[in-house]
Amino acid sequence: MTSPRLFSILRQGLHLIASVHTALDDSQLVRFQADLVERIGADRARGVVIDVAALDVLDSFGSRTLRDIAEMARLRGAVTVIVGIQPDVAFAMVELGMDTGSVVTALDLEEGLAELDRCLAASPLPGP
Amino acid sequence: MSRNENPTVTAAASDGTGHLDQDGLLPQLVAHLREHRTRLRQEWARRIQEAHLLQAMTSQEMTAETTLVYDNYVEVLETGSVEALQHYARDLSERIIPRGVETNEVVGIVLLLRDVLARSLFEKYQRDFSLLNRVLDAYEPAANRIANTVAVSFVEERERVIRQQQDSIRELSTPVLPVRERLLILPIIGVLDRERARQLTVQLLSGIRTHRAKVVVVDITGVPDVDESVANHLVRTVDASRLMGASVIITGLSPEIAQTLVTIGVDLSKMNTIGDLQGGLEEAERLLGYSVARDDGVGGP
Repeated sequence: MTSPRLFSILRQGLHLIASVHTALDDSQLVRFQADLVERIGADRARGVVIDVAALDVLDSFGSRTLRDIAEMARLRGAVTVIVGIQPDVAFAMVELGMDTGSVVTALDLEEGLAELDRCLAASPLPGP
Repeated sequence: MSRNENPTVTAAASDGTGHLDQDGLLPQLVAHLREHRTRLRQEWARRIQEAHLLQAMTSQEMTAETTLVYDNYVEVLETGSVEALQHYARDLSERIIPRGVETNEVVGIVLLLRDVLARSLFEKYQRDFSLLNRVLDAYEPAANRIANTVAVSFVEERERVIRQQQDSIRELSTPVLPVRERLLILPIIGVLDRERARQLTVQLLSGIRTHRAKVVVVDITGVPDVDESVANHLVRTVDASRLMGASVIITGLSPEIAQTLVTIGVDLSKMNTIGDLQGGLEEAERLLGYSVARDDGVGGP
């Protein structure tokens, strides 16, 4: 791929940090979802932080995909925290009636990692 | 006003060709009004008092203002330019609006002046009906324009004052106050309408981001009432705050509001509500892991 990367998935300790760099269209979102869920298994991640701070708009497909990722990650044994939702995006998501009830959110990456640590401390899985 | 006694002259004067005559008449008319300035102005002031208009003003003020209005009026008749009058009317409105002068009074006094002047013209020219007709044809459009200008200026000024007040209320209305690191309070006083609720959301969400807040206490003790759309908006704001990683505690729901919300069936199950601001702050501190203890040796706060 010659164009700049649309997203990146980095490993940080037990966690994966997935940053979305620019607005993704539907097929790119599907690829993002597939890559991320794949990496959770490959890296045996216990937590996932999805950083969407670069997005100034998030449509219903986007937020559903995020919710699906969180659910799939849970099934594969990882906790997901979504961070960096902009004020406008947050309100638009609620306004559109998107059900984000089960997703954990945090203000930014730092908060998200702290949240993950808290979640994992509360429910310790038999890990490495 | 009886100005249709002689229809042929009226028609001749009002179809564009009468301009030459009017050009000659207006200066004559203005000269007449200047000449009888004191008498006409007093007559006007007497009519204003009879009509019980402008009672908020003292008689000295009345004298000063009526003189100014009179001079401006005659000047507009002379020059045909309403700009100076517009300026003056706005200025006047600015002075009298805070005294509680109503639109009908302002329009009323201008119409009275128009009437007083028309009567004096009528008196002067009544011997010659065709001349009177032409004088009135020259006078009336200008007088109408003046009445129009004053009324519009007054209403505009009034609207400007209202807008200004709304703006300042808006600015004051939703302060976002950091009380501790990562803890904000938003006291809301006054009626929450849609516009204010929208603004509240913007302030709250951007406040969360700038202060990196984890907990926000929204105190609505000072809100007398909410309706369904505002209540739903509040719920959405709370949801949106959660998406930004902050939890919102609503405090000070009055019995009336609680009853309204339950009756109209707003889903508040996701809202964290606590009776009063004190309780809300204590809960917020607990959420943030603060523990506040009083030093027993000290004699109270």
